[in-house]
Amino acid sequence: MYPDKAKMESLVEATELAEVRGRSLWSDARARFIRNKAAVGGLIILILILAFSLFGQVFQAWSNEAIDWKLVGRVTQIGGPSFENGHYFGADDLGRDLYARVVQGTGISIMVGVVGSLVAVIVGTLYGATAGYFGGRLDNIMMRTVDVLMSIPFMFVLILMLVIWGRSITMLFVGIGLISWLDMARIVRGQTLSIKNKEFVETAVAIGVRPFTIILRHIVPNLLGIVVVYATLLIPGLIMAESFISFLGLGVQEPMTSLGALIQGGSKQMLYGAWWQIAFPLFFFLATLFAFTFVGDGLRDALDPKDR
Amino acid sequence: MTAPILSVKDLSVTFDVRQQGAWPWTPARKLHAVNKVNFDLKPGECLGVVGESGSGKSTLARAIVGTVPTSGGQILVDGRDLASMSPEERRVHRRDVQMVFQDPLAALNPRMTVGEIIAEPLITHEPNTPRAEVKKRVSELMERVGLLPNLINRYPHEFSGGQCQRIGIARALILRPKLLICDEPVSALDVSVQAQVVNLLMELQRDFGLSMIFIAHDLSVVKHISDEIVVMYLGTVMEQANARTLTTKPSHPYSQALISAVPIPDPVLERARPRAVIEGELPSPLNPPSGCVFRTRCPKAQASCAGDRPALLDLGNDHTVACPFHEEVDVLAAAV
Ligand code: SF4
Repeated sequence: MYPDKAKMESLVEATELAEVRGRSLWSDARARFIRNKAAVGGLIILILILAFSLFGQVFQAWSNEAIDWKLVGRVTQIGGPSFENGHYFGADDLGRDLYARVVQGTGISIMVGVVGSLVAVIVGTLYGATAGYFGGRLDNIMMRTVDVLMSIPFMFVLILMLVIWGRSITMLFVGIGLISWLDMARIVRGQTLSIKNKEFVETAVAIGVRPFTIILRHIVPNLLGIVVVYATLLIPGLIMAESFISFLGLGVQEPMTSLGALIQGGSKQMLYGAWWQIAFPLFFFLATLFAFTFVGDGLRDALDPKDR
Repeated sequence: MTAPILSVKDLSVTFDVRQQGAWPWTPARKLHAVNKVNFDLKPGECLGVVGESGSGKSTLARAIVGTVPTSGGQILVDGRDLASMSPEERRVHRRDVQMVFQDPLAALNPRMTVGEIIAEPLITHEPNTPRAEVKKRVSELMERVGLLPNLINRYPHEFSGGQCQRIGIARALILRPKLLICDEPVSALDVSVQAQVVNLLMELQRDFGLSMIFIAHDLSVVKHISDEIVVMYLGTVMEQANARTLTTKPSHPYSQALISAVPIPDPVLERARPRAVIEGELPSPLNPPSGCVFRTRCPKAQASCAGDRPALLDLGNDHTVACPFHEEVDVLAAAV
């Protein structure tokens, strides 16, 4: 029994010519992430919440600004969740549809978290990698600047900014963006210090690659793992910070809303029995935080080279 | 005589070592990693550098490729002093001098594919090369160093140590450098793979007309590939000679000890041969012995060895030795 010669040859050819696609460290990490049940669960919840905030309006019977005059003044009695009048989550104390407002609030809260963490990723990574790679005096100056900025009580400054320049969502973004990258810069710098002593960086220097190309080609991709993890874990923190500010009444202003603002509104009405006004925003708030945290933890486990 | 491709003159490299918790104004202690080293490398030849770990041979290599700053002396590549170049000239000049590292995996960026890694020098120095051309040259070279070209999209962690070292060699050769510096290229590899890589390097050296510096702590590896051998100890050159003289008739006590450490595969000869065993540990380079740095472990040390640092004596025939009490010892010629 000899295998067909022509077939053998074509097999040989096929194995020789086909370029094998490599298993990158990223695809390894993806496989590890998928094996982690809590993380995948968190990811699914996160996708659902995102879909809710993006497409939730499609199902809403009321706009987020319209007041249902039938309910005004009697919200606590008849404003509860009901499918008949289209207020799936009930109405708020002014008679506005809570479903529409939760959709909008979730979207804004997530946006605050994601934008803040994007700023952290871009600014913090480049800043930290530059400081760490060049080292010496530049590193000293750059990192002492970060220390100084960090020592400023950020909540206080943010509240001051909002009071002085007016409460706007742009101001909130600017404020959160300004501080979110500080921790990231420190973490990235620490990682860079260890990566830059690796031989492949030395090789790149010996080859004659320009310093900034080295940072972008050799340093940043190797610390992206930790950056992704930290950015994911940063989002809930930022959502929380925004909610806190909104809870104080300084954050997002009407008619816009965020989960924090909704929870604040709901907490005032809780005493009168309008439980839905706090329950729904709080549910989405907690679900978002947990989902981000689980995903972040899952990413950390998946990307952490020590587990290998 | 042809002009040397590389000539190192009185090269010194010192590191500042700061003590933990010292005041910022206390001067740092100086670590002389390389101390007044001289040698020339002729085009197409291979210079072996041997010494224990801590003898400064890796630092010497790094000073030549320029990843470690020198603190004295000159490095002339093709007659041009590296120190006198502007940073940009220096960067462009790096294409002529490439290096192969000791730890093959650590020298490859884990996030890049093999193709990207090998192509990096080419893309850096000839950024306008069309992509198809880059790929063609990478594939050719992969084949040349014994890797299947269809592995071009793989990642370094999918390869064995020997294959990683081949990748490193391919990367070093893609620009056809004039000088290749191999820093212990085989000491992290399995013995069975070592020979393959050494043979590959020898072939490539011949085919590409490379000049090479080959660093190792193991004399038996170096003597196969080198024309000339330099023996280093604590940053200082102890003896330099052509490979045959050095391995069969070493004159310096340290070289003799190194050679007797190489086992002979024949048990009868192995038992019968004279041994010069060195005892003790390598002294701290922060605090080297006065005079001859080898004197703390030298079997022939005299009182006078602690005085002045022994000058390099020329024994003729390009054989120099840094010991006034040198004597030729005929090691069994077949031995090593
Ligand atoms: S100079 Fe003295 S100590 Fe140094 S190698 Fe020669 S004999 Fe030994």
